[in-house]
Amino acid sequence: MTNKSLISITDFSTNEILRLLEIAEDFERHPEPHLLDGKVVATLFFEPSTRTRLSFESAANRLGGRVIGFSDPNISSVSKGETLKDTIRIVSNYCDLIVMRHPLEGSCRYASEVATVPVINAGDGAHQHPTQTLLDMYSIKKTQGRLDNINIFMVGDLKYGRTVHSLVQAMSPFNPIFNFISHPKLKMPKEYLDFLDSKHVKYYEHEQFNDIISEADIIYMTRVQRERFQDLMEYEKTKDLYILRNSMLENTKPTMKILHPLPRVNEIAQDVDTNSKAYYFEQALNGVYARQAVISYVLGLKK
Amino acid sequence: MDKSELKVNAIKDGTVIDHIPAKDLFEVIKILNLEKVDNQVTFGTNLDSKKLGKKAIIKVSDKFFKDHEINKIALIAPKANLNIIKNYEVIEKRPVELPSTIKGICKCMNPKCITNSEPMSTKFDVISKEPPALRCFYCGKITDREHFIII
Ligand SMILES: [Zn+2]
Repeated sequence: MTNKSLISITDFSTNEILRLLEIAEDFERHPEPHLLDGKVVATLFFEPSTRTRLSFESAANRLGGRVIGFSDPNISSVSKGETLKDTIRIVSNYCDLIVMRHPLEGSCRYASEVATVPVINAGDGAHQHPTQTLLDMYSIKKTQGRLDNINIFMVGDLKYGRTVHSLVQAMSPFNPIFNFISHPKLKMPKEYLDFLDSKHVKYYEHEQFNDIISEADIIYMTRVQRERFQDLMEYEKTKDLYILRNSMLENTKPTMKILHPLPRVNEIAQDVDTNSKAYYFEQALNGVYARQAVISYVLGLKK
Repeated sequence: MDKSELKVNAIKDGTVIDHIPAKDLFEVIKILNLEKVDNQVTFGTNLDSKKLGKKAIIKVSDKFFKDHEINKIALIAPKANLNIIKNYEVIEKRPVELPSTIKGICKCMNPKCITNSEPMSTKFDVISKEPPALRCFYCGKITDREHFIII
C-alpha cells in the first residue's frame, strides 16, 4: 500500500508545501463539512498535548470525520507494555488515518512503516512537529501576502526549540533573512547555521533585543524553559532579556506580526495582546486549516 | 603477502583481515564473535605499517565473512583489507567498504530514539565513511565512531 504520511516537513517538496497552503486557504474560505463523511481519524497521544490534540480533532470534525483515540497513555494498553508496533497495527484496522504524538524521537517514522493507513506526526519528542511548521508558514503567508523575502526574527530558545528548526528549514527556499536573538547558551545549533550557509540564506545572531527589530516582518517568540539552565541564577538573570513588551513595538513595521507556537509563559507581556501586531491567537486558528489540509491531502481527498 | 603478514602463520583456507589499527584489534575480535568460534584464529598486533603506524592482523581459518560482518569491520576499522585465501593462495584482496545505508548492526546513540525501546532493527544513512558516522533513519541523530555500540 502506498500511503502518503507526514512525518517530517522535509518529506514534502517545496511545491507540495505550497499546494498544502493553498488547500488550507480553500478550507478557510469554503469550509467542506462533508469531505470526511464516513472516515474515521484516530488521534493517538502517547504523551498529553491538549492543544495539539484539540486542533487536530477540530480539523477532522469540521471536515465531517469521526474521531477516536486516546489522550493519556496511562489508561490505554500502552501502559500494559504493548509494543508501539502492535498498537499501530491494531489501530490501523479501526481508522483511515492515524494522528500520533509520542515522547520518543523517530517513533512516528516507525509507526508509518508498520501502519496500513497514513500517519501524521503530531510531535515525536524533540524531533519533528511538521503541522506546526505548516501553520507557521500559513500565518506568514496570510499576514504578509507572500512567503518570499521575509525578515524573520526568532527569539528565545533557539537551541532546543524544534519549531524554529523546522521553520528555518522550510522557509529557506523563499529567500528569507533570519535574525536570531537568544542567550549564548540557547543559540541556533551549528547544524542549522551550516544548513543556511549551504543555501546562501542570510542570518544574523544577537544576544539581546535591540532597535533592529524595526526591520522585522515577523517576530517569532519561543518559550525559554527553566530546565534548560543548570544554574538557576543565570536563568533568573537572563529570562527578562527576552521578554517582548508593548513599548518595544512602537517603531516596528505596521505590517509586522508576532507569532508564538504557544503555550507562552511570560516571554510576551500581557500588554502586547491587545496590539494589532499580536497574531498568536489567530495563528492557533490557522492550525485548524493547516491540519485540515494535511488530513485531506494524505487521504488523497485533495491533490 | 608483505613481510609483516609473514610474522603470523599462513593459513590454507580462510580470511586474513589486514590493516586493522592496533588499538582496534580486540574490538574487531569481539564484534566478529571470534572469541567463541571453533575455527583456528591467529592474530598479530603492533606490527609496523606505513599507513597506520602500528597495525594488527587477524587470520581465521575456514571462514569467509558475510556482508553484515564485513560492514561491522568497516565501522570499526574502515581501512582494513580482506584477503580471501584458498589453498594458501590469496584469490581475492579487497578493502572493506561501508555501503551508503546499513541496517541493524549498530545501536543509535540517542537514548530517546524509538529504536532503543522497541524490538526493532536500527537503520542508518552512512554520512561519512572515514571516520565513519551514521545518521539514524528514525530520529535523525548522528552516531559517531566514539559512540558505536555494535549489536
Ligand atoms: Zn535514532
